[in-house]
Amino acid sequence: MAATGVAPNNIGFDFSNYARNEFLGARLGAQAKTTSTGTTIVGLKYGGGDSGDEEGICLGADTRATGGPIVADKNCEKIHYLTPHIRCCGAGTAADTEYVTNLISSNLELHSLSQGRQVRVVTAMTMLKQYLYRYQGHVGAYLVVGGVDSTGPQLFTVHAHGSTDKLPYVTMGSGSLAAMAVFESAYKEHLTKAEAIALVARAIRAGVFNDLGSGSNVDVSVITKAGTETLRNYETPNERGIKSRDYKFRRGTTAWLKENVRDLVVSEEVKVTMGAGKAQQGTTDRPVAVGAGPGGEEGMDLDA
Amino acid sequence: MNHHPAAWGQPLTAHQQFDMYSTNPMGMSAPRSAHSHGPVQNTQWPLVTGTSVIGIKYEGGVMLAADNLASYGSLARFRDIERLHALGTHTILGVAGDMSDFQYLKKELDGLLREEETLTLTDAHPPLSPNNLYTFLANLFYARRNKINPLWNACLVGGWDFKKDESFLGYVDLLGTTYTAPTLATGFGAHIAQPLLREAYEAKAGVDLEGRPGADGRLLTAEEAEAVIDDCMKVLYYRDARSINKYQVARVTKDGVSISESKSSETEWMYAEGLRGYGGQTQ
Amino acid sequence: MALFAASAQQEAVAAPIQHRFDPYEDNGGTILSIAGADFSVIAGDTRQSQGYNIQTRYARKVWQLTDKVVLATNGFAADGANFVKKVKQRLEWYENAHQKQMSIKSIARMIQTMLYAKRFFPYYVYNILGGIEEDGTGAVYSFDPVGSYEREACRAAGAAQSLIQPFLDNQIYFRNQTFPADQPKPIPGNLPLGTVLGLVIDSFTSATERHIEVGDGLEMYVVMAKGRAVDDLTSKGALPEGVVVEELGPLGEGGGERTFLVRRTLKRD
Repeated sequence: MAATGVAPNNIGFDFSNYARNEFLGARLGAQAKTTSTGTTIVGLKYGGGDSGDEEGICLGADTRATGGPIVADKNCEKIHYLTPHIRCCGAGTAADTEYVTNLISSNLELHSLSQGRQVRVVTAMTMLKQYLYRYQGHVGAYLVVGGVDSTGPQLFTVHAHGSTDKLPYVTMGSGSLAAMAVFESAYKEHLTKAEAIALVARAIRAGVFNDLGSGSNVDVSVITKAGTETLRNYETPNERGIKSRDYKFRRGTTAWLKENVRDLVVSEEVKVTMGAGKAQQGTTDRPVAVGAGPGGEEGMDLDA
Repeated sequence: MNHHPAAWGQPLTAHQQFDMYSTNPMGMSAPRSAHSHGPVQNTQWPLVTGTSVIGIKYEGGVMLAADNLASYGSLARFRDIERLHALGTHTILGVAGDMSDFQYLKKELDGLLREEETLTLTDAHPPLSPNNLYTFLANLFYARRNKINPLWNACLVGGWDFKKDESFLGYVDLLGTTYTAPTLATGFGAHIAQPLLREAYEAKAGVDLEGRPGADGRLLTAEEAEAVIDDCMKVLYYRDARSINKYQVARVTKDGVSISESKSSETEWMYAEGLRGYGGQTQ
Repeated sequence: MALFAASAQQEAVAAPIQHRFDPYEDNGGTILSIAGADFSVIAGDTRQSQGYNIQTRYARKVWQLTDKVVLATNGFAADGANFVKKVKQRLEWYENAHQKQMSIKSIARMIQTMLYAKRFFPYYVYNILGGIEEDGTGAVYSFDPVGSYEREACRAAGAAQSLIQPFLDNQIYFRNQTFPADQPKPIPGNLPLGTVLGLVIDSFTSATERHIEVGDGLEMYVVMAKGRAVDDLTSKGALPEGVVVEELGPLGEGGGERTFLVRRTLKRD
């Protein structure tokens, strides 16, 4: 069918910019820097058996985002929404985890609409791994996917190259060894929900305090058949204390070369001659208070 | 290959591309340098290696543990190697890294201790304290790194310090880098065991004004410390591919050094029975 | 090569050995020093790290050298520890030879020669020297790893240098601050001790917030000039909650200068 001389189908992905980026990188001395979510993310299955709690998935994440050794965000969210019953923790390049989870979330919604039923966690995982495999690891998303569907609680990890794992307890990110040490020493089947949350928080804390790539707060998500319970900032063991000094500057501290004051209020007189805009009986013009409008009351006070 | 998760997805350097799967020295030789002349110049490289050593201070002493494996690349070559070595009466040395360098270290230190022993016999000469031996090791490692010919090891030194009437625990490695802390671990143990050790230690001892654990002054008992050590060795066996389920625990107290017989962790693999594939598989 | 061709065995030993060994490492952390009119503050955090690992939460980076001089080191910890050891040895020799402690400006010059002596295999260490000058004024000297040095009113070095130094330029050197015509720009290096300690603490707590290698603990050495009252440090309520002051005894005969160690915790994440 494919006759010779016919150009190959121009579908799929174009890596020609790779060479350009390498070239620019060499010329500029570095590749463009990306924000990485340094990260400790974990997930475990709990419930069932004689625990007395229904089966579910408990996910956890720290909230530090880094760019090299600098903390880019002290309280970011790493537990991403996929569907009402599926969440996804992301480690690796922040933009990639954000984009890939958004994209797959949209596709899962379309999928459930077209199929007329709730999507399964394996579907989410498969869509993620197929997408990531195409990019051969260049989309740097390292994920923990967890949720509850018609087949019960499901938990997976997805690596940037597209490989996956299905295990009862998982960890990812630079703090994964610290967190896994906690799981390997304390995980048991059929934990209660409270025990599961406590263990997940403990694993995240191991990452937060022992891995420099992880820090700040502990986020937790609990997923059961009934839906997802989001415990944002479940623990905040790293709150900043008060500063010793006050850094308010005297008005006029910043030097200036030129002053130009412009009146931003445009007043215009409009004369209505006919039609619906004519002045009506019984209405009065009311002056608008200074500082009114969005954020009015506590708006900027120039002379404080 | 750098197994640390932070390195995942990063492009490999030339250094890493060589022997990605740590099979060296089997079937591999160091690549020829473009600038070298004459025959291949071999890089110094650790050959027969030991993995993590871990240590923790407890009430009245200090405890070290190391497994009995000496690996040859990815081959579990020698399964009955002792990596904990007593130095005199109140010091213990635990060594990770190159085992031939460890044997050289033992020879040097035993020679030093023998000389010192003769002096103690003839004179009012105090024996070498753990701190003395630690300083000696630090100087030796730093001198070798200055010659760009390092001893390829990371060591823990544990001991009882009679002057301060407390235990001693210090780390020194091939760069001459030194530090002390109430819990220490080398290599993979620094990632896996150290979080568990710190957690257990700080739960009891608290944290002082320099962020240093130990404010409350209550230390783990020997039994509690050994339970934590056993737990760490088990987790290390689960997760460190260069480890073996056979290890020794050494204790140093006022009364001296004791090194245990080799022992094994009780492991649990039952949950593996329930695993099915890596995706949609259910059978 | 022909020189060694006689014996293959000999060649293996005598030929230049190619190593993959990198003799350097960066152990993170940050140091900072600010001079006052009659005191000097030299501070450092106590975290020592390697990559994403905390090696220890308490490693000393600031060292009392004499009764009026304190040295802070930052960079490669092994070089730092061994460099300080050699400096202390040279100071001991000097004291034995001259029956007095070396002055800060002489120590600064000595550190320059010691660093430059290893110009082609440098100590990978950034040094900041703080203390009291012969004339009783507070002094700060900062060095690069190969010995270039300068006396300043303040200096930050190490992991969070790029975060702290601009803050110090603004708060100590009053950069980018215009003062009213009737109030001249203050001269840097004359701030009161309470202000300086506040700036040091805020520098480190802020660096801890935004730099992953800074944290755990903070040690601030305060060297007071001879005869200076110390109640702005030791009196009750002089320092914020959670800060502990301890006076360090004189190392030598004691010339009247006094050194204090002020400590507090930093965040551990």
